[in-house]
Amino acid sequence: MSILINRNTRVVVQGITGREGQFHTQQMLEYGTQVVAGVTPGKGGQWVLGVPVFDTVQEAVEATGANCSVIFVPARFAPDAILEAADAGIPLIVCITEGIPVQDMIRVRAYLERKGVRLIGPNGPGLITPGESKVGIIPGHITRPGPVGIVSRSGTLTYEVIAALSQRGIGQSTCVGIGGDPIPGTNFVEVLAMFEEDPQTEHVVLIGEIGGTEEERAADFIATRMSKPVTAFIAGRTAPPGKRMGHAGAIIEGGTGSAAEKIAKLESVGIPVARHPEEIAEIVAARLGVQA
Amino acid sequence: MKLHEFQSKQLFARYGIPIPRGKVATSPEEARAIAKELGKPVVVKAQVLVGGRGKAGGIRLARTPEEAEQVAEQILSMTLKGLPVRRVLVDEAAEIQAELYLGLTIDRARRRVVAMASSAGGVDIEEVARTTPEKIARVLIEPELGLREYQARALAAGIGLDRALWTSFAQIALGLYRCFEENDATLAEINPLAVVPGPALLALDGKVIIDDNALFRHPDLAAMRDEDEDTPTEREARKYGISYVQLDGNIGCMVNGAGLAMATMDIIQLYGGRPANFLDIGGGASAERVAAAMRLILSDPHVKAVLINIFGGITRCDEVARGMLAAFEMVRPRVPVVVRLVGTNEEEGRAILREAQGVTLHTATTLVEAAQLVVRLAGDGHRPE
Repeated sequence: MSILINRNTRVVVQGITGREGQFHTQQMLEYGTQVVAGVTPGKGGQWVLGVPVFDTVQEAVEATGANCSVIFVPARFAPDAILEAADAGIPLIVCITEGIPVQDMIRVRAYLERKGVRLIGPNGPGLITPGESKVGIIPGHITRPGPVGIVSRSGTLTYEVIAALSQRGIGQSTCVGIGGDPIPGTNFVEVLAMFEEDPQTEHVVLIGEIGGTEEERAADFIATRMSKPVTAFIAGRTAPPGKRMGHAGAIIEGGTGSAAEKIAKLESVGIPVARHPEEIAEIVAARLGVQA
Repeated sequence: MKLHEFQSKQLFARYGIPIPRGKVATSPEEARAIAKELGKPVVVKAQVLVGGRGKAGGIRLARTPEEAEQVAEQILSMTLKGLPVRRVLVDEAAEIQAELYLGLTIDRARRRVVAMASSAGGVDIEEVARTTPEKIARVLIEPELGLREYQARALAAGIGLDRALWTSFAQIALGLYRCFEENDATLAEINPLAVVPGPALLALDGKVIIDDNALFRHPDLAAMRDEDEDTPTEREARKYGISYVQLDGNIGCMVNGAGLAMATMDIIQLYGGRPANFLDIGGGASAERVAAAMRLILSDPHVKAVLINIFGGITRCDEVARGMLAAFEMVRPRVPVVVRLVGTNEEEGRAILREAQGVTLHTATTLVEAAQLVVRLAGDGHRPE
């Protein structure tokens, strides 16, 4: 078992003919993901890496039965790409694109909610169920199947943690990058709820960072609704207030969003918070009873 | 991107929000001429993108054009929180009977735009929110519907506003919402929204932040950017699509990904060092971009050692290694450099670095090792515990 994706997931790549789209389609294919279609408006009929390209997501779905979309199109076209996938009946959309205007995301997110469509991202690395399927850009070779579910707002920091866990022989059920934007399609609490229900997942690692109050809400959820143990990490202990740390979500503003507040909240409900990424693996190993 | 007060108020005026008569001056003489033209006592206000201008003496009342000139001269020679005052706004002084707050921002948890009002305007709204949350009225806005008039009335009623002012308050709130939406703002606030004799409402101060990600569709707003908002290095970084924030330590950092960049800063501090900067070279970083990042870091004279921490996903380690070599061709590092390359094509990346001529690169495998090494090289490290 796993959450969200498995070996039966049939993926359509929106933006498959672009540089990043093509590179990561190849990576996904090599990993064993069932990439069944690509979409680039105006390039229907072509083939990329043995994958048929369609002009619209609707055509791709009808021809191939795709049930998951991954989006690699530039920011100004990405809201449209998400809506197109939703209208074509895709139930799970993964958006890698960074830099979508926040008001666009509010509108898109509200529409998806009405349609009952799940969006992972934008501005994230996507997700991977080790040994089965990866949808997005998480390097497959650092993962291995196992009992730990990972949910993260970050990209490369997530890889760091995955690699540290794998090195200790601790595998992952599914790793989900929810993305670093202020309005993510799916939040921590929603992914935590899925891990709680997933029989394979025994332990969850939550990787947060400064900005917003999602980690605090996650802490409340873990304290009241979860039976599985959670280990956390929060990036940005040294970040000064009022300065954006790279992407739209990571800013301490309005007196909230600091790492100190998040760590205090998590620790107050008994969730251990690691001081650096490699320490996460040490804590998880100890809590799972794995020998170093 | 933050707009200045005068830019914010000009924007407000386009949406029917009443603002005081006034103009911007760049010299004391101009300030005097504006005050003379207004023919009333004026307020001279420093236009810098920092909070707390009033407390720092950047906002002063002047009763005559001569006084306006004097005051403007003083303010224009000031530096507020490190930013030089280049412009002052000369506004007609208002007779303030009460100060309200009205603002729009993004409520991340509820994924909606939220409108907030308070009867305790003129002060820090965050302070009000913390100490007397009951003084703040809030309504959430559905994206397809926009702010509705009944919601604006609910705000007016919620802050106990005189009924005689409800209509004009609602007009201002609706105007502010249109301004927020049409300009892709992430914050639009009027503080204070003053009650003046009439009674009437007047936007005495304004603050607007535009979503950087949306500037591509607002070239008029993009042109308003105040280059003083960022340091010269931060500006240079933006040209290359690099996120750079200067800090006050001595260990330069180059990392791919914002989260990992923060975690790298944190671990440097954990091991007793002080990061000189936050730097995210972004995904799919090209050799040119890495070279630019290296130049940016080394341009800070305080930097005593550099840590390059790259975990390859989108970013391929061989590409990063080539970028580093190209950068070292252009800028000889005058300080020790610690490199940690992990992930996609890491062997190729390390092989390229081994061939580097004329630079000594220290390599590390784990992040802990890398942090300890760079702290030691920077010369102020100690082990925690």
